[in-house]
Amino acid sequence: MSSAFSWIRRNLFSSGPSALATLAILWLAARWLPPFLDWAFAHAVWQASDPRACRDAHGACWAFIGEKHRFILFGTYPFEQQWRPAAASVLLILLWACSAIRRCWHGWLAAAWIAGLALIGALMWGGVLGLPYVENERWGGLILTLLLASFGLAFAFPLSILLALGRRSRLPVLRYACVGAIELVRGVPLISVLFMASVMLPLFLPAGASIDKLLRAQLALVLFAAAYLAEVVRGGLQAVPRAQVEAAEALGLSYAQAMRHVVLPQALRLSIAPLVNTFIGFFKDTSLVLIIGLFDFLSTVKVSLQDPAWSGFGVEAYLFASLVYFLFCAAMSAYSRGLEAAPARAAAAGLRRE
Amino acid sequence: MKARGLALQAALAAALALLAWWLYSNAAANLAARGIASGFAFLRREAGFEIGETTLLAYSAADSYLRALAVGLANTFRVAALGVVLATALGAAIGLARLAPNWLLARLAGAYVETVRNIPLLVQLFFWYALITESLPAPADALQPLPGLFLSNRGIFFPLPGDVPQLSGFNFSGGAALTPEFAALLVGLVAYTAAFIAEIVRAGILSVPRGQRDAARSLGLARRAELRHVVLPQALRLMVPPMTSQYLNLAKNSSLAVAIGYPDLVSIANTTMNQTGQAIEGVAVIMAVFLTLSLSLSALMNWYNRRVALRGSPA
Repeated sequence: MSSAFSWIRRNLFSSGPSALATLAILWLAARWLPPFLDWAFAHAVWQASDPRACRDAHGACWAFIGEKHRFILFGTYPFEQQWRPAAASVLLILLWACSAIRRCWHGWLAAAWIAGLALIGALMWGGVLGLPYVENERWGGLILTLLLASFGLAFAFPLSILLALGRRSRLPVLRYACVGAIELVRGVPLISVLFMASVMLPLFLPAGASIDKLLRAQLALVLFAAAYLAEVVRGGLQAVPRAQVEAAEALGLSYAQAMRHVVLPQALRLSIAPLVNTFIGFFKDTSLVLIIGLFDFLSTVKVSLQDPAWSGFGVEAYLFASLVYFLFCAAMSAYSRGLEAAPARAAAAGLRRE
Repeated sequence: MKARGLALQAALAAALALLAWWLYSNAAANLAARGIASGFAFLRREAGFEIGETTLLAYSAADSYLRALAVGLANTFRVAALGVVLATALGAAIGLARLAPNWLLARLAGAYVETVRNIPLLVQLFFWYALITESLPAPADALQPLPGLFLSNRGIFFPLPGDVPQLSGFNFSGGAALTPEFAALLVGLVAYTAAFIAEIVRAGILSVPRGQRDAARSLGLARRAELRHVVLPQALRLMVPPMTSQYLNLAKNSSLAVAIGYPDLVSIANTTMNQTGQAIEGVAVIMAVFLTLSLSLSALMNWYNRRVALRGSPA
């Protein structure tokens, strides 16, 4: 009892200003928390097939999410086939979860990704194993967000390594080309890169050739992510001591061998935590494809609000969208914090051993 | 070895030139086939669309596309300039709160940063816009949290010296007003960027060695003077580069205005592209503006950085 009391005194009332801050926070909480909880829980409507039940109530209309959840999650994918995007989403999340575990970092992980992505493609498109064909114009919802983020990173990451190596090259033409590409993309908003892909790219293709809208957006996202990841990788490359390269050269390794076996493994290990942070930013940024008319998760949430019977529940809908994005991003950021803490722990353990 | 490098570079330059030529000839053929003009002559033509918000420059639908784009640019600057000032203030306050000895305050600030950083800005903008337009009452029953400040679903109204907003008919007149679009964009940008600035401020202050504070205290400096003359000057040095990139992010993120209907540069350029079909020129205008902004801001920050850097220390 007395320890709790002394904790409160030490942490909440240690000085005049501190006590004032505590009282101000408690006062605000007493004023704002009860009405909010009433709105969000006590007076909320959780289930209703008729929007009038929501309009009569004085609380949140979570029934809206219940009513629209199939559309929000799967977009316009054929209703009775929606187990396919659901299975594909679970598979994709499992692949990511597995890739996060250090014990899984073996050659077979790449094979698992290729097999997994092939299976996801088969599930989503169908046309095989008796699954009806579904064209990708009908894909939408959460799976589209996950696919855009996954394919975006899968292609952007190798590209970013090439860009980062190119930026540090001794050959001026190569160096300037890479610096130009990286800085151009980083200097403009993502939306202009997406506009470039959606309205400008078709003008630059030979007559008759056309690229699917989804693929065009994916290309823009790859380019955008690669420019940002390249700077993270470059940071890792700069942190590898110069003597490592010199030692590799002294052993007679070629440039490619030195990079592949000596420099890159160290550089990438150093940049895992900032890479994951860039991944988080990229995952959030995929929501911008809404502006060029793709049906990602945020877009299905927004479109579901256009139903006149259920319009006016935007606050509830976007709180739900926030929660879903938050769960994904918070998982990634907890993982990244764990990674940052791990070397520190190892270093501390090493010090103790000495 | 030298010859190989030269050959490689020549091949790369040739490949890039070839790619550029291929793209150019495709574009020329496509534009000719579709009957789309090229070049910037369209800027002088009449725009023919209204702009909802023209605070800094006068504009009507009879004005040129150039004028419309200038209005968009002014709107971008308006929200970005206000956003940078407010986000810095809020971010610094939250960053300091995270380091406060008060447990409740520090936890609250930490929860704010974690929540805001893990939700896409676009979702937050839609949320604020929905909150303003759906949850706030009509002007007739506007909330009045402070005398003269009115919150309604038609916008936010606040008094200017000697000019208090008055309800007339279905809306307010007098005072100053923020449209729902502008208010949602500003609140969203400030709330989002402040979370990132808070982390920069916190890291900057934590980077100042403990001995510096102890030394300041043993000299008998008060806590304020210690912060003002010892901690902040050293912390600022570390904070300037990441702060610059946050300011730039805020300016770039203001382009999300197009999604909630605030007429910023990107949204006007988008309308222009849709009306004229001149997508290349439209995207070029957007990119040119933002590249100019980011290059000049980084030049300015490099100059400032050199000024605050320790003399004689390696750059």
